[in-house]
Amino acid sequence: MGELRLMKGNEALAEAAIRAGVDGYFGYPITPQSEVVEYLTAEKPHERTGMVVLQAESEVASINMLYGGGATGKKVMTSSSSPGISLMQEGLSYIAGAEIPCVVVNVVRGGPGLGDIQPAQSDYFQAVKGGGHGDYRLIVLAPSSVQEMSDFVPLAFDLAFKYRNPAMIMSDGLIGQMMEKVELFDPMPRMTDDEIKEKYPWATNGKPVGGERRIITSLDLDPHRLEDHNHHLQEKYREVEENEVRYELFDCDDAEYIIVAYGSSARVCQKSIQLAREEGIKVGLLRPITLWPYPKKQIREFVDKGVKGFLSVEMSAGQMIEDIKLAVEGQARVEYFGRYGGVIPSPEEVVEAFKNKFQED
Amino acid sequence: MTEEIIIAGFGGQGVLSMGKILAYSGVMQDQEVSWLPSYGPEMRGGTANVTVIVSDERISSPSITSFDTAIILNQQSMDKFEPTVKPGGVLLYDPNGISRPPERKDINIYKVQGARLAAEMGNTKIFNMIVLGAYLKVKPIVKLENVIQGLKKSLPERYHKLIPLNEDAITMGMKNVEVVQTV
Repeated sequence: MGELRLMKGNEALAEAAIRAGVDGYFGYPITPQSEVVEYLTAEKPHERTGMVVLQAESEVASINMLYGGGATGKKVMTSSSSPGISLMQEGLSYIAGAEIPCVVVNVVRGGPGLGDIQPAQSDYFQAVKGGGHGDYRLIVLAPSSVQEMSDFVPLAFDLAFKYRNPAMIMSDGLIGQMMEKVELFDPMPRMTDDEIKEKYPWATNGKPVGGERRIITSLDLDPHRLEDHNHHLQEKYREVEENEVRYELFDCDDAEYIIVAYGSSARVCQKSIQLAREEGIKVGLLRPITLWPYPKKQIREFVDKGVKGFLSVEMSAGQMIEDIKLAVEGQARVEYFGRYGGVIPSPEEVVEAFKNKFQED
Repeated sequence: MTEEIIIAGFGGQGVLSMGKILAYSGVMQDQEVSWLPSYGPEMRGGTANVTVIVSDERISSPSITSFDTAIILNQQSMDKFEPTVKPGGVLLYDPNGISRPPERKDINIYKVQGARLAAEMGNTKIFNMIVLGAYLKVKPIVKLENVIQGLKKSLPERYHKLIPLNEDAITMGMKNVEVVQTV
């Protein structure tokens, strides 16, 4: 068993970055994410593993440091909260176009604009539908515990390097700020330059003797070549959709209705389904772990098994419900309940909302 | 066993650290725990609260609206959290700084003179440990030895010499908790 600690989500994520053998972290403080930068600065990871931690001058600088570091095949990451992630969208689009692996963490707060600093999930569209310009996708993981804040760091890097694609960990103020028990995984060594050269033939870390010059760019002025590049990206995205969907089920075996919720909302809804089942309501919970790729097939299978309705519970104003509707294709009722602007729904009000939407059936 | 607790008072009273030590004590005896602070533009003198859950089972929602126990250390928190105690639950408060004592008839109410006892012990910083002691007398959900282990884990090494003082404060709280009403 790994080392057991009581940690905040943000701290667990920062410790996981050091243990995952990350080469460079570039970030800028913003509530409710600042503990990541704070922890990494206090921990002096360059003394532990040689990992570089740099407080950038802005979020725009951070994301472009990821572009540069990631292009050399190094494991690089940044973290921020909603307004800071908005500033990074141009860079993310470039990184996706140039197929550079990296990990971006969003500890979401209430918006739009400067919003507030309380937990929210209202960056869902931005995370899963693009965010920046052009046809691209981020692989998006949604942790719902402090344990997953730790575990998803190496997972996000594995996926990012496997597909040469930016991966996002989409958390929120609640998961970032709360403390839970976390079992830390054993430290993994950072890769040496030789290992990187051998493993990633695309990395721009010097022209090999007698080899081809390597170019990483998102620019191609020839529309046909750029179309080919886009074909390639789309094929890659289909492969990710085929292989990387992750989700968790609670009490779905005999469920007549299913609540769909991720991250903090999924924690609230775990309690809601307990309360509902005490009243004899057969309701289960499906928690998407990957928000993109979305567990569409799994939702559709529940429709085919006769589930009567789905309730999307979000800390946003009806964003994820669109993906549930796309999965269901009109074959079952899909309703929405949410709180937003930094308000966390209570387990009881979710049950109330469920009854209002479905109990007259 | 699942115990859902809100601890609420002024920033600077040690509300968040009391919660942290309680949570760490749970970890020491292999229980599941969650610690969810109110965070925000808060400062010394403003209000602060923390929700702590200690359970034998996997914890569902760390964010909850009703509690088995409320530990209340100022009037604003009394106004806000007295109504959130589950019927039959526990409300523990320090009467210093409370202008309107609790009025519920369906809950167990206890008080401890935390601020006064801390002043008598000559160190106002151990106020929160006195209150924690009072709570553990009413609800012995974690063993004292595990609290000491929790203190060791949550305090930086340079403060470990203060652990005996904290232990005395917990004992002081245990001895001085007063029953106001039981149901």
